[in-house]
Amino acid sequence: MNTKINLSKVSLFALFMAFSLILFSCKKDSETEPEIDPNKSGTVEIKFDNIYGQDDFTLNTEYTNSVGENFTVDMLQYYISNIVLKTEDGREYVVPQEESYFLIKEHDANTQKIQLPNVPEGNYNEVTFTIGVDSLRSTMLPENRTGVLDIGVEGAGKEMYWRWNSGYIFFKMEGVSSAIEPTENNPDGRFFYHIGGFGGYESQTINNIRTITLSLGRDAAKAREEAMPSIHIVADMEKVLGGKTDVSLREYPVVMFNPFSLSVSENYMKAFEYHHVHNEHGHE
Amino acid sequence: MKNLILSTFFMIFLVSCQTENINPKEEFGFQQPSNFPPPVYDLSENPITVEGFELGKKLFYTGLLSRDGTVSCGSCHQQTSSFTQHGHSLSHGIDDQLTMRNSQPIQNLAWSKSFFWDGGVFHLDLFAPVPIEADNEMGETLPNVLQKLRETEGAKSPKTDYPLLFEKAFGTKEITTANFLKALSQFQLMCISSNSRYDKHIRNESTDENKLTAQELKGLELFNQKCATCHTTELFTDYSFRNNGLPIGNPNDEGRFLITQLEEDKFKFKVPSLRNVEVTRPYMHDGRFRNLEAVLDHYADGIVDSETLDPILKKNLKIELNEDEKKNIIAFLKTLTDEEFLNNPLLSEF
Repeated sequence: MNTKINLSKVSLFALFMAFSLILFSCKKDSETEPEIDPNKSGTVEIKFDNIYGQDDFTLNTEYTNSVGENFTVDMLQYYISNIVLKTEDGREYVVPQEESYFLIKEHDANTQKIQLPNVPEGNYNEVTFTIGVDSLRSTMLPENRTGVLDIGVEGAGKEMYWRWNSGYIFFKMEGVSSAIEPTENNPDGRFFYHIGGFGGYESQTINNIRTITLSLGRDAAKAREEAMPSIHIVADMEKVLGGKTDVSLREYPVVMFNPFSLSVSENYMKAFEYHHVHNEHGHE
Repeated sequence: MKNLILSTFFMIFLVSCQTENINPKEEFGFQQPSNFPPPVYDLSENPITVEGFELGKKLFYTGLLSRDGTVSCGSCHQQTSSFTQHGHSLSHGIDDQLTMRNSQPIQNLAWSKSFFWDGGVFHLDLFAPVPIEADNEMGETLPNVLQKLRETEGAKSPKTDYPLLFEKAFGTKEITTANFLKALSQFQLMCISSNSRYDKHIRNESTDENKLTAQELKGLELFNQKCATCHTTELFTDYSFRNNGLPIGNPNDEGRFLITQLEEDKFKFKVPSLRNVEVTRPYMHDGRFRNLEAVLDHYADGIVDSETLDPILKKNLKIELNEDEKKNIIAFLKTLTDEEFLNNPLLSEF
């Protein structure tokens, strides 16, 4: 658990919760837990919060990785796609494929909360998603690659697509580390982690598509017509560089379409964790 | 040639008198040569129209696609050289920069399974962003190009008002990534070379004056014995990636390996088509051979063995060819020159 994040916010929130609980407990049961009408639907929000160990992750802040290298990050963004929600009683809601692509950017808070409309009412306690872009979409024609996938749009596919080797970059992290020896081509000691590879069009090649399922445990996102639950997921950047494999920036300043990228994607697959859910109305 | 011009005019005429219940727009242009296999490109996904083709042609020849307006697609792909950059071993891009490879012809792309020497792009519609955004080719970005095109709205001449041209071609003034790429594909798909003397020979269309000579026929026979495994007729390539035994040139250019990261693909490059080979010199991915004689000399006694050398060449490390045979093969290869294609006004810049 990462209880130290936004401690002040958390404690305020706890107070608020306690207060609301008292309020709620004074009400009749039927009002506290509206009945599920599967013919109705509501919106579910998923919030992606990048963290670093116990801290909130911020750009241009110095961190130390698992092998003791200092570094700062100035670019961090990744695709989340193909979201599936599952209820306590095993019903699945698959977000329509064409509406299921999101680009989460650390520098743009608006992208960190994604809203899924038309979710049938229910108590959802499992969420599945892909970090990256599935192979089917990766081989579709440009007309089927709109929104965040559009390679002709700044802030969308433009920064997240390898043109010379057709395919999306799933996860992109760039920054500077004093551990990286400056060279003529890289005087500032920059590192570039552009992870992609959907498995190849003709021959079997690098496949960094990572799909993960997170359980909300005893919690549930209570999708109702009149309420928008918000599922908070944290992505721990410390694990990206030191989860299953300890990554040395000095040793690997550039990780793009090469076999080592598999270790990085294994790492970031483990970086995503369910944190908490908000079910009350109007929560920010 | 006359036929093509005539039919083009006829089609334009048809379009201008179209009645409401037919849509002759969709019938424009693309003709399946009878001696070719069916195209790989799915034309139903991007039907070629007069307006789409004309827009694609304008885009192909405009410098707007490059950062400083100096480089168009046509700069490195000149029609008279079968849309290659004449005489350059490595193609030139913006700021007089050299690229890593020799530009490939734009011809019969509807039949191509992949693009570039390394096959990194698997669909024609995904091709254009590569040269546009390469620092040493056009040095631009796709969003900037689209923006520059959008800003031509209301231009004095309707011929340079791109939103208007997009509307004519696609029914909407909005310049989207997809429509921009589709228009460019429409022009490139029309670059069909299928009327060489060889084609006429194969299709029994030869007249007395363009019949293949005895030497050319001998060359064809030799070609079929010694070259056609990889340069499979009728497209004169099987589109596979092979290491043909060239001594390593630029060691950083590992060919297909750059795309697949598979050891077995190191130093493999796509088998190029030999159509119009006479005018696409110099040869090989880095343009190292100045003429066809040098190419055949390589196969006859220049092949270098390596881990990934093509199995066909591995056994003898050579293709047995004497001087006479080389001459005959070269004579044959020149019958693949398609004057109608190289001079087709429909495809030309001016």
